Amino acid sequence: MRREVPLVLTAIVGLTMIISHFIPPLNMLKDLFEDWFFIIAAFAIYLGILNLIRINADKVYKKRSDWPFGVVVILGFLLITIPGLFFSGGRSFSDLGTPFYYLYDHVYYPLSATMFALLAFFVASASYRAFRARNVEATMLLVAAFILMLGRVPIGDMITAWLPEGYRMGNAADWIMDFPQTAGQRAIMIGIALGVVSSALRVILGLERAMGGE
Amino acid sequence: MAISALIILILAASPLAAQEPPTTEGVALEPQGPPPAPPTNVVAKDNPNDKGGIINITWERSADDGVGANDVTGYEILKSKEKDGVYEYIGGAAPGATFFSDSNVRNKVNYFYKVRAVSPFGSSESLPSVAASSRVQWFNFSRLTLFLLSAIIALAIFYFISKAKGGRQLYIRRIAGLEAVDDAVGRATEMGRKIFFIPGIMDMDSMQTIAGVTILGRVARLAAEYEAKLEVPVSRSLVMVTCREVVKEAYLNAGRPDAYNDNMVYYLTDDQFGYAAALDGLFLRERPAAVFLQGQFYAESLILAETANSVGSIQIAGTAMPSQLPFFVAACDYTLIGEELFAASAYLSKDPKLLGSLKGQDLGKFIFLLVILVGVLFITLNSLVGLNLPNLAKIF
Repeated sequence: MRREVPLVLTAIVGLTMIISHFIPPLNMLKDLFEDWFFIIAAFAIYLGILNLIRINADKVYKKRSDWPFGVVVILGFLLITIPGLFFSGGRSFSDLGTPFYYLYDHVYYPLSATMFALLAFFVASASYRAFRARNVEATMLLVAAFILMLGRVPIGDMITAWLPEGYRMGNAADWIMDFPQTAGQRAIMIGIALGVVSSALRVILGLERAMGGE
Repeated sequence: MAISALIILILAASPLAAQEPPTTEGVALEPQGPPPAPPTNVVAKDNPNDKGGIINITWERSADDGVGANDVTGYEILKSKEKDGVYEYIGGAAPGATFFSDSNVRNKVNYFYKVRAVSPFGSSESLPSVAASSRVQWFNFSRLTLFLLSAIIALAIFYFISKAKGGRQLYIRRIAGLEAVDDAVGRATEMGRKIFFIPGIMDMDSMQTIAGVTILGRVARLAAEYEAKLEVPVSRSLVMVTCREVVKEAYLNAGRPDAYNDNMVYYLTDDQFGYAAALDGLFLRERPAAVFLQGQFYAESLILAETANSVGSIQIAGTAMPSQLPFFVAACDYTLIGEELFAASAYLSKDPKLLGSLKGQDLGKFIFLLVILVGVLFITLNSLVGLNLPNLAKIF
């Protein structure tokens, strides 16, 4: 029973979601199941929080390696949770001027932006490795990237101004984006769509062992 | 000419010109002029392919819409249950609009609609529409092609699964990224370092997360067999619960339930960049031998892949996010591209039933290829030879 009940539930919900895509009156069931998912996920967040606190408290208590990071996690959690719950002065925690909003605006937001900004450096280092002309494919990638990067800035058109209109760097970059890139991306998208159908059927039919199947 | 212009300028600048408009008994006079021409050809129809409850109203714009001083400032939509009854205002539309959707109707009840054009000089109503009622549609015909294609692909998958069950050998092409899973786990065992499995940043309602978790089952089983150390830091609570079950069962199936503990799978944060920062820290401190990035990723993909690369981890990534695939290809040792992510569990398990589903998927790909080729052929013939096959070309 422990195995069968989840499989039957998965099959019922999965089939309902598929059928409701084609039968409009069943849309309400689809909406209902989606609401249930969000409710369960909302409850489950407490499991995550408890796990986070328990693991880090245990690490600090037992002075395991890197235990100071555990202290930072717990303090960070309390620092953002307590003002949000108790020091909003009767206003919503996300209102302008509340301590929570202050922390969001002056701590969380800059930290997130910093992480995101790191991407620029990682793009540079990854591109450097990817664009080394080790074989035919990598050389093609290098040439395409070279044209594309130059074609996206004014100097690309400037240095190819002697060519007829339509054959300059900007046009070549547009051509790469419009044809080879779009064709490749669409091929991947078709494969993904078929993969999703096949994978979903395996889960619904209870064939996926990792998802409770036989 | 110059004199008349001068007179106009003087008049415009005179105190008389700056006065308020003339009033009668203190009330400002309305601008005078004929009302705008009414909208015409008002048509009300049931919204197609839905569960009812919506009627769409279309009309032809007033002749004064967008013209001169009597320019229409908007349209008012009026509704009544009787043709000659009292019409109630139900909503407005901007000038130039020719469409309104009434979502406050009961199924199988007849309604009549009028559209009123409004301008600064007044308003004028159209003739009423013919009666319209909304109805439940039991099939969404706008999705018929999708339904047929899905049905064909699903039938093909069922067919090949049944064939595989019957013992037929199916050829599946070699996927380098999946062949490397054993090597990656073995490497971690030899080096005595950890394996990190990252199942993406989305929840269990994402098919990519589910695909990632199925791969985790295989990796966990190998880790249990090789006695390698596995860690699964996750960004969603439901994913944590599911991954725990999967890892636990994998260790049980490998005959090593003693090696499993709940702390192998732990929650970090739901926040995208908070999660990326925590993982970067883990990678740098633990220097894992192998990192699996399998699931749905966004901008954090390259941050994670490059950091793991910098500490010398072997990386096997897989995602169905086309925008993140180039990052993984550039930064990881192996990448499962799109459909390969979904094929992974079947490929790794070598279970004939699962492999049968991959074969069905291949047939689907063949059908798509055929449809694309025929579509290209029709459109090329249309443009080159002038062969008039517009409808067929449109279908494709």
